[in-house]
Amino acid sequence: MPLLEVRDLTVVFERKGEKPFTAVDHVSFDVEPGQTVGLVGESGCGKSVTSLAIMGLLPKRGARVSGSVQYEGVNLLSLSDREMRDKRGRDLGMVFQDPLSSLNPVIPIGLQVTEVLERHRDMPRKKAMVEAAELLDKVGIPDPTRRLSEYPHQLSGGMRQRALIAIALACRPRLLIADEPTTALDVTIQAQILALLKELVHDLGTALVMITHDLGVVAGLCDEVNVLYAGRVVEKAQRHELFAAPRHPYTHGLLSSIPRLDAPRGEKLNPIRGSVSDNIPWSEGCAFAPRCPNKLDVCVRVTPEQEDIGGGRLLRCHNPVKPPVAEEVSA
Amino acid sequence: MLRYTIRRLIQLVGVVLVLSLLLFAWLRALPGGPVSALLGERSTPEKREALTKQLGLDQPIFVQYLKFMGRALSGDFGVSTGVQPGDAALDIFLQRFPATLELSFLAILIAIALGIPLGYLAAKRRGGWFDNLSVAGSLLGVAVPVFFLAYVLKDVLSSALGLPTGGRQDAIDATRVTGFFVLDGVLTQEWDAALNALEHLVLPAMALATIPFAVVFRITRAAVLDVLDEDFVRTAESKGLTAPTIRRRHVLRNAMLPVVTTIGLQTGALLAGAVLTEKVFAFAGVGEALALGFERRDYPVLLLLIIMATIVYVVVNLLVDLSYALIDPRIRTR
Amino acid sequence: MVTPTRKKDRIDSLAESSADAGVSLAASAWRTLRRSPVFLTGATIISLFVLVSLLSPWLAPHDPSEAMLIDQVIKARNEIPPPQDGHPLGGDLQGRDFLSRLLIGSQQTLIVGVLATLIGLAGGLTLGTLAGAFGGWVDSVVMRLVDVMLSLPSLLLAFSISAMFARPNQYTVIIAVAVVQIPVFARLLRGSMLAQRHSDHVLAATALGVKPGAIVFRHMLPNSLGPVIVQSTLVLATAIIDAAALSFLGLGNPDDRIPEWGQMLGDVQTVFDTHPQLAFWPAGCIIVVALGFTLMGETLREALDPKSRR
Repeated sequence: MPLLEVRDLTVVFERKGEKPFTAVDHVSFDVEPGQTVGLVGESGCGKSVTSLAIMGLLPKRGARVSGSVQYEGVNLLSLSDREMRDKRGRDLGMVFQDPLSSLNPVIPIGLQVTEVLERHRDMPRKKAMVEAAELLDKVGIPDPTRRLSEYPHQLSGGMRQRALIAIALACRPRLLIADEPTTALDVTIQAQILALLKELVHDLGTALVMITHDLGVVAGLCDEVNVLYAGRVVEKAQRHELFAAPRHPYTHGLLSSIPRLDAPRGEKLNPIRGSVSDNIPWSEGCAFAPRCPNKLDVCVRVTPEQEDIGGGRLLRCHNPVKPPVAEEVSA
Repeated sequence: MLRYTIRRLIQLVGVVLVLSLLLFAWLRALPGGPVSALLGERSTPEKREALTKQLGLDQPIFVQYLKFMGRALSGDFGVSTGVQPGDAALDIFLQRFPATLELSFLAILIAIALGIPLGYLAAKRRGGWFDNLSVAGSLLGVAVPVFFLAYVLKDVLSSALGLPTGGRQDAIDATRVTGFFVLDGVLTQEWDAALNALEHLVLPAMALATIPFAVVFRITRAAVLDVLDEDFVRTAESKGLTAPTIRRRHVLRNAMLPVVTTIGLQTGALLAGAVLTEKVFAFAGVGEALALGFERRDYPVLLLLIIMATIVYVVVNLLVDLSYALIDPRIRTR
Repeated sequence: MVTPTRKKDRIDSLAESSADAGVSLAASAWRTLRRSPVFLTGATIISLFVLVSLLSPWLAPHDPSEAMLIDQVIKARNEIPPPQDGHPLGGDLQGRDFLSRLLIGSQQTLIVGVLATLIGLAGGLTLGTLAGAFGGWVDSVVMRLVDVMLSLPSLLLAFSISAMFARPNQYTVIIAVAVVQIPVFARLLRGSMLAQRHSDHVLAATALGVKPGAIVFRHMLPNSLGPVIVQSTLVLATAIIDAAALSFLGLGNPDDRIPEWGQMLGDVQTVFDTHPQLAFWPAGCIIVVALGFTLMGETLREALDPKSRR
């Protein structure tokens, strides 16, 4: 049985006097225990909203969530606020994008770690402090006992993100959701944090949902990848297969817009034209059609259905990219 | 921290010196000067000249100011000419200051006790009827002239609630210890006296609290709205903390930074409101003395009381800045 | 070939284009305000107020200074003339038509508010711009002066300034409520100027060789306009209320032949419990108008503050 089973998750934002906006549209995916699954797409594709919906962190008013999110067989969406508070931090942990703004600036780091231990593991403050120091040590923060009494502004960006990871993993949740955990960091620090995440989820057997716009992150970390566009999964594949043979023109575009050192001299980068705002609604055809190099007439008339193309791969496209021939794959 | 405090205190001395010089010059610059103020405009030239000599007003202004400062340092700020004619200005201040402190304390307490919780609730229910209603109320609160509100409270509420309409205490037997009537009653266990003094405080404190309440409410609401949008509140939610913990430790703790500043500024500014409120309720505090002083042009009393008001205002603001460092580690550990 | 003048225009427009954010902000603020019922309420109140005060000489049925009902005051001592034919609100303590006094009073009230705001603004604009644009010792001197003015609660400062004048009149009232606004405007403008001195659009203009004077007046001041407008609207309300407090303390204009609402309210304190209507009418007018300005000011602030647009 999968640890997390997301089925037809849909999030509609409703505002008075404005058209309802569907941010997440029937998204389904599974996460097996210990597995790392990537949700990839440009900003605005609904990947962050998906993670917030799973965590039950969307505003009560204005956001309508439907579908189901089964965690260990329990539908999280049907839980009461109180039951969900018991799950968050204990069974599901989350790491956010900007470590500075995600930490409370006016209370010490130590308390921000211990409060979650006190809440879910009934630890007295003293014991929690010892445990917190061990946690900070485990995420690679030097001199952890001293750091406990320091405030977020006294730590470097990388240290802050390490502290946030320690907080998210304090209660050994079986599932960790990381929402762009490296985007706000320096490039050299990014690699360190990714390595740390990889090591920790491996050691603790934690399943990880990695949300990113960066295919480089996916390449080093994820077992399975879901590519999202305008709120829908357009392609799902194992990491190796996705990189070897992207089938959806959007995935293909994402991959070919990454600069490569081994590219032939003089070869131009191939950025995807336009931006996410150039959408047509899914109800009228393929949302990606206005930006798609493979666009056919049918693309703007008929909504593409999600098809199983074998090998556990799913694809939502009328005119997919041809699978490359063998020698190109090895290049 | 200590260095900062000392620097601010030196600044305070500077401000008080400059202000006292300005006030002193103002006093001299009055049409006819203090002589007219003392004798009225229809006195004979002989009398005027005699008094001018007697007061040393024929000497250069610097000499006069230095003499004034010399006397001031020994506690002699001159004699009241209109508020309590014949009394030393300093005595008037010392006698009345506890009354105003008591009143201001209760007023700011009301403003905080109502303003912060209501501001938090309004922010949590942003856009709801409670929010709209209380925001409208707070806007109305600043639009009403304080003394008019004081009169309305006095005429309408006093009879409805059976509360006294003026003075600090009824003519009852009460022992004086500190000059704070409520505190005196508690210290001497004369509970009747304490309760009576407290009843006299209720209506003026309500009138005085209106503006600080409205301002504290609105700043709290705005601050909480800002903090609720912060990422760290979402982090706190993602940890599954209970709602009260999030409210206290994460939301209010951060929202308090601007609120504390506001409370300080409002506390300092209470004296201006007290001038109006104390006059309406014939409440024998510093505010009433100022009101009478302005009305009767009692310059020695005005000079002292305004200097004192400045000191209180600046000290309160210094305390606010220091308490800011206590709440915000980003300032403390810099 | 590009002529020198045209080149200068181009430089200016280049530097301005980076300040375009200000223009679009104003446009979007206006779009928000046009649909805000709160702003429209405030604007309606103020439009009515201005209209009435402009037309009051024609609207008022009687001369506000003529004691036409004086016999009724004398006949029954301590009584005020009740509402009657031609005098829908009756008369005041001197037997003058109360409705006419309220109507004409709106004019003086508007004058007090507007003049006080303009004087406060002009003083603050000068000091704040000097301090913010030049910095250094100019800034130090100006800000120490501002600090001294701010070391007293503003209303108390207004009282003290009024008490300086041996014979208060309508102008001393305006000066007193105006002067206390100077440091507020000065701080506001200085802050805005300082923030802009190192901003990209000013750096760009400087780099392009725009003269310092032009930078201050064409690039910095226009960007400070938003907060200044907001503050002015709020000061209009404060000035009217403060003027009433001055009258209440006997520091207002003793000449009541041409009435002003604050004065009408402040002057009837002795008869508050016997003739509350004499206080309630001017008080009500002050409250409604002050509320109108505050509603406009607060909604303006929200609309102009990008942070509050959630």
